[in-house]
Amino acid sequence: MLARIIRNVRALPFAVLLIVATALPVMAGPFEDAVAKFANDEFSDTEEAVGAIATSSNPLAYRIISALQDGRLMADPDSKKVYVTEPDGKSIDAATGAPVDSVPDSAAAVRLNNRLRRTVEAALGGLTLLSPDPAKRVQAAQSVFKTHDETMLPVIDGALQKETNKAAKLAFTEARAAILLFKEDATDAEKLEAIATIKARGDQEALALLTGLTGDQPPAIARAAANATSAIQGNLALWSMVQNAWYGLSLGSVLLLAAIGLAITFGVMGVINMAHGEMVMIGAYVTFVVQQTIRTSFPGLFDYSLLMAVPLAFIVAGAIGILIERSIIRFLYGRPLETLLATWGLSLVLQQAVRTMFGPTNQEVGNPSWMSGAFEIGQITITYNRLWILCFTLAVFVILLAMLRYTSLGLEMRAVTQNRRMAASMGIATSRVDALTFGLGSGIAGIAGVALSQIDNVSPNLGQSYIIDSFMVVVFGGVGNLWGTLVGAFTLGIANKFLEPVAGAVLGKIAILVLIILFIQKRPRGLFALKGRAVEA
Amino acid sequence: MPHVLTRSLDRSATVFLIVVAVAGALIPLSNLLLPEGSLFQVPTYLMALFGKYVCYAILALAIDLIWGYCGILSLGHGAFFALGGYAMGMYLMRQIGSRGVYGNPLLPDFMVFLNYPKLPWYWHGFDMFWFAALMVVLVPGLLAFCFGWLAFRSRVTGVYLSIITQAMTYALLLAFFRNDFGFGGNNGLTDFKDILGFNVQAEGTRAALFVLSCVALIVAFLICRAVVTSKLGKVLIAVRDAESRTRFLGYRVESYKLFVFTLSACMAGVAGALYVPQVGIINPGEFAPGNSIEAVIWVAVGGRGTLIGAALGAVVVNYAKTVFTSGPLAPYWLFMLGALFILVTLLLPRGIVGTFNAWWEPWKAQRMTTAAESAAREDGISEPNPAE
Repeated sequence: MLARIIRNVRALPFAVLLIVATALPVMAGPFEDAVAKFANDEFSDTEEAVGAIATSSNPLAYRIISALQDGRLMADPDSKKVYVTEPDGKSIDAATGAPVDSVPDSAAAVRLNNRLRRTVEAALGGLTLLSPDPAKRVQAAQSVFKTHDETMLPVIDGALQKETNKAAKLAFTEARAAILLFKEDATDAEKLEAIATIKARGDQEALALLTGLTGDQPPAIARAAANATSAIQGNLALWSMVQNAWYGLSLGSVLLLAAIGLAITFGVMGVINMAHGEMVMIGAYVTFVVQQTIRTSFPGLFDYSLLMAVPLAFIVAGAIGILIERSIIRFLYGRPLETLLATWGLSLVLQQAVRTMFGPTNQEVGNPSWMSGAFEIGQITITYNRLWILCFTLAVFVILLAMLRYTSLGLEMRAVTQNRRMAASMGIATSRVDALTFGLGSGIAGIAGVALSQIDNVSPNLGQSYIIDSFMVVVFGGVGNLWGTLVGAFTLGIANKFLEPVAGAVLGKIAILVLIILFIQKRPRGLFALKGRAVEA
Repeated sequence: MPHVLTRSLDRSATVFLIVVAVAGALIPLSNLLLPEGSLFQVPTYLMALFGKYVCYAILALAIDLIWGYCGILSLGHGAFFALGGYAMGMYLMRQIGSRGVYGNPLLPDFMVFLNYPKLPWYWHGFDMFWFAALMVVLVPGLLAFCFGWLAFRSRVTGVYLSIITQAMTYALLLAFFRNDFGFGGNNGLTDFKDILGFNVQAEGTRAALFVLSCVALIVAFLICRAVVTSKLGKVLIAVRDAESRTRFLGYRVESYKLFVFTLSACMAGVAGALYVPQVGIINPGEFAPGNSIEAVIWVAVGGRGTLIGAALGAVVVNYAKTVFTSGPLAPYWLFMLGALFILVTLLLPRGIVGTFNAWWEPWKAQRMTTAAESAAREDGISEPNPAE
């Protein structure tokens, strides 16, 4: 109630000022007077003080207001002195900026309420508009753009004239446009220009600003605003499509990485390896162990941890794969269904073994510095780790493709895939090829684990969450060649991400599963099936 | 009908039926009639446990029918089991009436909690037992029919079919976990009170449910035997052993597969329906792909293609699971289960009953031929003369 009276009656602040000024004879000048008002610890006084300090152009202004925001502004009601406690623990006298040894015990932090907090934020925004750091200026201009506070217009105009930085200049122009758009006494021409500027900005906030415009505008402006709104909406829809496509590519690369090893073993040996997901999990745990070792022994090498983990994971998972093939799967050839059951049992054992060794909880695997962070293209954000994983997946794919095409092992593998008995008749040691293929497929799963450790929780259940999806990729893509896996993975990834916003994550996934079941009606052996008579067993 | 029965019952099948019937009669009787604490009194919790095993045995029979005799390895039979269970659970939920926490006479508690304005359309009718009982068979059967029709027609076989069935149960798992799907989300259906007017917790009801489960097991076994010993069964075995050849001989392989797959799904649904009132809860976890694969290993342990073995395997593996997961060996149970998968497929591909038969049959056959020879000698009958 008091606050409202004070705000409405213009004369009253002066009266208060006078009273304060007489009460504190040491003070001189409007800045010192304003600072002293904090000592009253009344919301109305604090608000006035903030306003006065923000426009005082005193070098201490920013420090005082930000201290107020953080609850570091201490006021002593007895001596009417105000202190700023800096984050490093030192204190200064708010009025003079002189360092003080200690803040008296009677001083308490100046209180804020929600309305005051908004005032403080706006004042800080205005103060940072003149900050020497261009990034901070841009940030401040952005916040003015959102609040379109009319009182900021003179500050913005002043700043705009002096501005030399390109990004900051643009931000100021946009902020100015936002203010003008909502300023009641702005001319129509100014408003139209403002709409054009906001339209050119074209993001979610520009849209929010335009839709926040009241209905009682002149027809020309209302029309321009509507046009700009629909233009921005179209633009945003386009960007969200691009965003979905990027998410889809990213998911697809993960699926490809997880499925590619599976496709090789299934293609060559006709064996479904249910323990494939556990090979992925083992790869992720290898990364964890490598990072643990680096953390404890060679902290400087942390950025190279993944480079070391990749070959190690390949070797460890590949060796386990060959061991599995030699000790279990070898005896089950010609009985694919039993192989499936045996490898499922194996996956239970491996999961439980890892759970026993490392515990059931998630392990922390860090991103090296070159994989953390993000950058923006237009309206979308791309994180470095997803981008690296996409590149890495494609690299693995190309290497594998080259291996199948140009090495003798690749030739033998293709021969066995096409016709096992004929290959054996031509002198290919099919059982050796089987073992190496299984090792290769498992090793690639291990590499996939290294990549997945960067974006997923490393827990004993890591493999489980990918196994059904990677099966779907193999079923969809077919086992004729690796391109089927590539197309299958990216199709499923992108389809998944485009269905998600429409149907929700779970329903999208269900829809994909149903679609695959329907798809194999048309092509029971997947997109890229092997041609010829050898396929049907 | 009588000749079907006599044909389908050989000696071991008869023994099996007698054992089930005796257990189905003695266990509830001892539970109800003998005084508590008596040496021979079966405690109620144990009877409920056995009832659970019997339901699993029916599920195992259903899997053995398609896997052992037709070569279809379904990794999604848990889905049919759970669907039957959900149909029964819906009936039991409707029977709660206004005794729920929120006291709503029409809506089950979770619907009140989730602000459902009215009963979803697919919940109508489940207040009547006959309707629920029909759905127990119909819903899994219909799903299996549609799924099988699509899969078998396009000749999806072998591991492809296994993977697709696994995807099916996975999709259902995801769907039933959703709150807005209308089946209680991840809490599932529970807090049952009555079945047909009897308290589900009462010992008498539990005993009756146990007897019913045993009867269902006997009926399911008889149906399976009738199928596999008929001409249809011979075609199924032919499909299992040489699908293309059977097709070239003029049989419509898809139709045979579709029939037996649907029948098997219906049986799994009945098993689930009997399972739910005995354990008192059904939740989406039953759809987990792991459950379905575990059910397959019961069949593998007991011996695929023997029916008796499937039921035996279900009881043995689950008994072992109960023993080991409740004791100090609990952390090692998954090692044991995994090892069971590997060792059974590697070392005991015919399972317990199959291995026993392989060892027993030649010996029996030899004994019978020697007996016949000595009988022939005694009677003085010579080899029949082809000229006659």
